[in-house]
Amino acid sequence: MSAKQELNIALVGNPNSGKSTLFNLLTGLNQKTGNFPGVTVDKKSGSFTTADGRIIRVTDLPGTYSIYPKTLDEQIVQEVFLDQSHPNHPDIAVVVADATNLKRNLLLFTQVKDLGIPCVLVLNMIDIAHQRELKIDLRGLSIDLGVKVIATNSHSGVGVKALKEILSKPLVASKKPFYDIQSLAPDTISQIQQNFNLQENYRAYQYAQQTERLTFLDEAEKEKIREIKSKNQFDNIPAQSQETIGRYQLISDIIDHNIIKPNEDQGRSISQRIDKVVTHKVFGYFIFFALLILIFQSIFAWAEGPMDFIEGGISQFGSWVKSSLPSGVLNDLLTDGIIAGLAGVLVFIPQIAILFAFISLLEESGYMSRAVFLMDKIMRKFGLNGKSVVPLISGMACAIPAIMATRNIDSWKDRLITIFVTPFMSCSARLPVYTILIGLVVPETHVGGIFNTQGLVLMGLYLLGFLAAIFSAIGMKYLLKVKERSYFIMELPDYKLPQWKNVLLTIYMKCRTFTVEAGKVIIAISIILWVLASYGSGNQFNNAEEIVKAENPTLSQDEYEIVLNSHLLEHSYAGQFGKAIEPLIRPLGYDWKIGIALITSFAAREVFVGTMSTIYSIGAEDDDETTIRERLRQEVDPKTGAPMYTMELGFSLMVFYAFAMQCMSTLAIVYRETKGWKWPMLQMTYMTAVAYLSALLTYNIFS
Amino acid sequence: MKSLASLGINEKGIIKHFSDEQLSVKLIEMGCLPGTEVQISFAAPFNGPIAIKVSGYHLSLRKEEAECILLED
Repeated sequence: MSAKQELNIALVGNPNSGKSTLFNLLTGLNQKTGNFPGVTVDKKSGSFTTADGRIIRVTDLPGTYSIYPKTLDEQIVQEVFLDQSHPNHPDIAVVVADATNLKRNLLLFTQVKDLGIPCVLVLNMIDIAHQRELKIDLRGLSIDLGVKVIATNSHSGVGVKALKEILSKPLVASKKPFYDIQSLAPDTISQIQQNFNLQENYRAYQYAQQTERLTFLDEAEKEKIREIKSKNQFDNIPAQSQETIGRYQLISDIIDHNIIKPNEDQGRSISQRIDKVVTHKVFGYFIFFALLILIFQSIFAWAEGPMDFIEGGISQFGSWVKSSLPSGVLNDLLTDGIIAGLAGVLVFIPQIAILFAFISLLEESGYMSRAVFLMDKIMRKFGLNGKSVVPLISGMACAIPAIMATRNIDSWKDRLITIFVTPFMSCSARLPVYTILIGLVVPETHVGGIFNTQGLVLMGLYLLGFLAAIFSAIGMKYLLKVKERSYFIMELPDYKLPQWKNVLLTIYMKCRTFTVEAGKVIIAISIILWVLASYGSGNQFNNAEEIVKAENPTLSQDEYEIVLNSHLLEHSYAGQFGKAIEPLIRPLGYDWKIGIALITSFAAREVFVGTMSTIYSIGAEDDDETTIRERLRQEVDPKTGAPMYTMELGFSLMVFYAFAMQCMSTLAIVYRETKGWKWPMLQMTYMTAVAYLSALLTYNIFS
Repeated sequence: MKSLASLGINEKGIIKHFSDEQLSVKLIEMGCLPGTEVQISFAAPFNGPIAIKVSGYHLSLRKEEAECILLED
């Protein structure tokens, strides 16, 4: 037994091989998401303990069809295997293969094996293979492939125990490569082996194939490889073709020896029958849009109760903290700043949970790839890609995971356009802003006896965001000059019943990530806002009490407090910022108070509501929307004496929020995904310009 | 020479070679090997992508990609 106490294991396999289910079975709740060092590829890792008490760390690598990456996510797989000093370089690779489609699944296995990494081959979904009457000779496969083979059923978990047992024992890599790469490029391989001191032929060959992509090699090393390649006339693509065809020939022989297939494939014909309906030119789109409406409806209908519950609970907790701690600056900071800010994050959990429940159900069942298939032609007309459907739908919850979901789009231009337009989709953070403004300026009546006017306005705002996304995409399609061939090659996996365990785990992990990530930003902003709104400089701020008393000598104590508070706010640092941008936003109908909210909600849109309630000096105890709404309704425009929150102002603000890039986290993620400030800055400028002009237009149309 | 794009639904063919080298490696990886039988299973509406049965599973690709897959006569 090795002296090392911790063992690193990587799960690798084709997409749709049930790899993530197996990962969940191995690690249970004992998992976390993070990033691979240096890149922002989601890393799922977890651990389990063996019978003899050793801790085994498991990393779930992104699904890929081969060691040659086609997308950014797949690149990490190659990096982890080729870079022997990578922190996630595995001691053992568990290659997960779909037992019903072994031929294609084994390609990746043979590549990983030839890198000299100790392997275990898992034939997952063995139950489905049995259902289809596939006879698989596990012993024969194990001998022919030179690897330990375990069959697992990811539904019942059968085989997982045996897998854990194998993993707890030392495993040696077989010396003999599966495919003899040496004869393909003998000189190139041996020269790279000598120069870089590499043991395996295939590793050296991969250095030649992936020279430009490997980040762990420095420029001098890459130059050396280029030199060797050109000296020996190594040509990447023909070599890769020949290698892949060669591997498949060997795999085919092995499969023919060890697997007996029945003539007619039952399970597949069921999938095919579903596909006839789901991709039909009428029913197909009908099902797709019906699903969208269902998701949309449930986000609003089902989330309302839990959201009220969370809001009420936190507000009670806040008042309890306020009354049970000694009053003072710290108490105010804690209750008005931190707890109020936290409420702004937690309240979105129900909506995010519902959205991700749907998304993971659609992906698990295999429907998502049909939606992509169905929408590709239409999306291409708008400069997008069938695969843009997933980010655009996710964008209705939150642009951050949505933009991360664009990694599946292989064409850079399509991906960039999708990233650029996704923030136009109305995310859940716009909802509180819309809710409060609609309640304020749209009367609650019914159109045609069925449709609630407030609901219609809300639908209209979502539609507005969608249209902005689509039309911006068309514009970019013509403006972006990229000479890159867009292609679309995608597996259509067989339909299967989603596993509730996977769905629940997805929801749990997504909510946790959201709370932590968004929470950090919002709490920081709440504290800064609280400080800026509570402190100020100058005579007006420092001598506020005397000035207010002198101006309003007849006020009662309560009224005096309210006037004093708003006077203090007006002359606080935050108030000074608001005043500074007032000339700019006056044409849209906004005053300096809204100006403050615009500035603070740049961090995140939902901060708007919290800021408005702070600005209108409403105490933490009655920090709910009705009272803010009431207070806003009573607000009077000091210049005209008429109510401040008129219909034109309300609509102008809603339109502004529909379009403006009011989200720091989105900017940060676009920066990471596009590797530079160019795109996030362009995006922000563009979105703000669209928002400003549309709000200006709206204000003038309605007034 | 006949390409995969010229086949109708349920029609079969055998892959001979590819007219686009860049694309060919991606297709080969996905199991579209020369000498393999392919069958068109169904197609997306409005001349959208097609779904083919190859190497025991379903793969979807656009018409443009299908045109690069040349079949034996």
